[in-house]
Amino acid sequence: MTYLSHHVPQTAQLLLQHIELVAAGLALALIVALPLGFFAARKAALATPIFGSAGVIYTIPSLALLALAVKYLGLGFWPLVLVLAAYAQFILIRAAATALQSVPAAQLDAATGLGMSPTQRLLRIEIPLAMPVFLGGLRLATVASIAIATLGGYVGAGGLGDDIFFGLQRQYLDQTLAGSIPAALLAIAADALLRLMERAYARRITA
Amino acid sequence: MPQPSSSVRFDGVTVRYAGADRNAVDGVSLEIPSGAFTVLLGPSGCGKSTLLRTVNRLAVPVKGTVYVGDTDAAALDPIELRRNIGYVIQAVGLFPHMTVAQNISVVPSLLRWDRARIAARIDELLELVSLDPSRYRGRYPRELSGGEQQRVGVARAIAAEPQVLLMDEPFGAVDAIVRASLQDEVHRIARRLNATIVFVTHDVDEALRLADRIVVMRDGKVEQYDTPLRILTSPANAYVAQLLDTGDTIRRLGLLRVQDAMRSVDGTVDAYIDGARSLREALNAFLNGARVLGVQKSGELAGILDFDDVRRALRA
Repeated sequence: MTYLSHHVPQTAQLLLQHIELVAAGLALALIVALPLGFFAARKAALATPIFGSAGVIYTIPSLALLALAVKYLGLGFWPLVLVLAAYAQFILIRAAATALQSVPAAQLDAATGLGMSPTQRLLRIEIPLAMPVFLGGLRLATVASIAIATLGGYVGAGGLGDDIFFGLQRQYLDQTLAGSIPAALLAIAADALLRLMERAYARRITA
Repeated sequence: MPQPSSSVRFDGVTVRYAGADRNAVDGVSLEIPSGAFTVLLGPSGCGKSTLLRTVNRLAVPVKGTVYVGDTDAAALDPIELRRNIGYVIQAVGLFPHMTVAQNISVVPSLLRWDRARIAARIDELLELVSLDPSRYRGRYPRELSGGEQQRVGVARAIAAEPQVLLMDEPFGAVDAIVRASLQDEVHRIARRLNATIVFVTHDVDEALRLADRIVVMRDGKVEQYDTPLRILTSPANAYVAQLLDTGDTIRRLGLLRVQDAMRSVDGTVDAYIDGARSLREALNAFLNGARVLGVQKSGELAGILDFDDVRRALRA
């Protein structure tokens, strides 16, 4: 642990970079996954191709996908963000679709019967009531992204993967640990935080 | 500004669900007069809920027309139409992430009432359904009992003074004691409310207790449409007779009022009963030992009633 204690500022910076990578990856992932999840929940005919394609991406090993991204985007921040976003699709699309479908029929019937337009119903009733189930998926995707983002060390994207990658190359275990321990702690913290949010939401919407 | 209530008219209405092998509602034609309390009665699967749901276009007829007032419901914007029609369902369907006040204000805020008007209306409605506004306004549905939830459900449905109120087995999920008190409440509210009420139930006593008129249904068709008393005294066919157990005279006595069966004061009386009570309650008094009941109207003796008068009333 001597490496970590002598490199606190550097490690802190790598941790921040790591969080940036994960946040950018998830943001991009959500932009794509939320509409796809919505359409999959609404139209059964669309669900199969959407889930299928996301599933295919998910089965590609992440390192292979990263290599492919580097071929087209070069080294650095973006290929990793793209891989994170692509990987999260499978979990997030399913979470969004399942969450929307988990809204009880009685509330939907009441909302429509009272005269809400489809958009009003979605914004005022469906999304709030779908939140806990969706947050469960977001939590899984976040933890997975924190792990996958350590591949950033291979492609110059920065983040805690740098320490892991260089430590492994130099067979310098202390530096590897300086990357992997904060990464693990970050994953645990993110998991706990999102679990809390999930529970707070679930409590709010218990009928 | 209360709007006049609207009649509801079904003209050859047929509903068939996709993939079903028979019509859920099969060529129903009937007119529900403005302001009436009408109960659709029948076993599950008879099409009563589906018929109800054609009024606010949650069910769409494949044939026939539903008129709300003089207007073909199919010609109206469904969202506008629904905002003018109150809707209460068995599962209540309160929105769990909203307070009681927010639930009740859903339709008024969709109609863009101003905030002061909505706040005043919420308190007025909570009082109407016998819930103390200061205690209940800020509560969440999960903090309410089943009966309280359905009271809020009723308040939400009538919040924007709808011309028509649809109630789909609203008390099916609450226990018997709560159901009886909710029925009394709805009966009371109905008289104060300026709305045509269509109420679905499979509970015969509930129908008899609430209805001005009952629509008896089977297999998507109307078997009889008449007042509770006429259905009990002259059922249209064996099905209606069996469903309502029309041979049960006690049930019929529950629909007749003491003041309609009494005769003029003569001799001595040994107990008193209010003229608005049912003959069923009078019978109860006779079985408990009374021979001649004095009938009171607004506190004054208006007539007398004995057991023979009850029997005469049944023959009438």
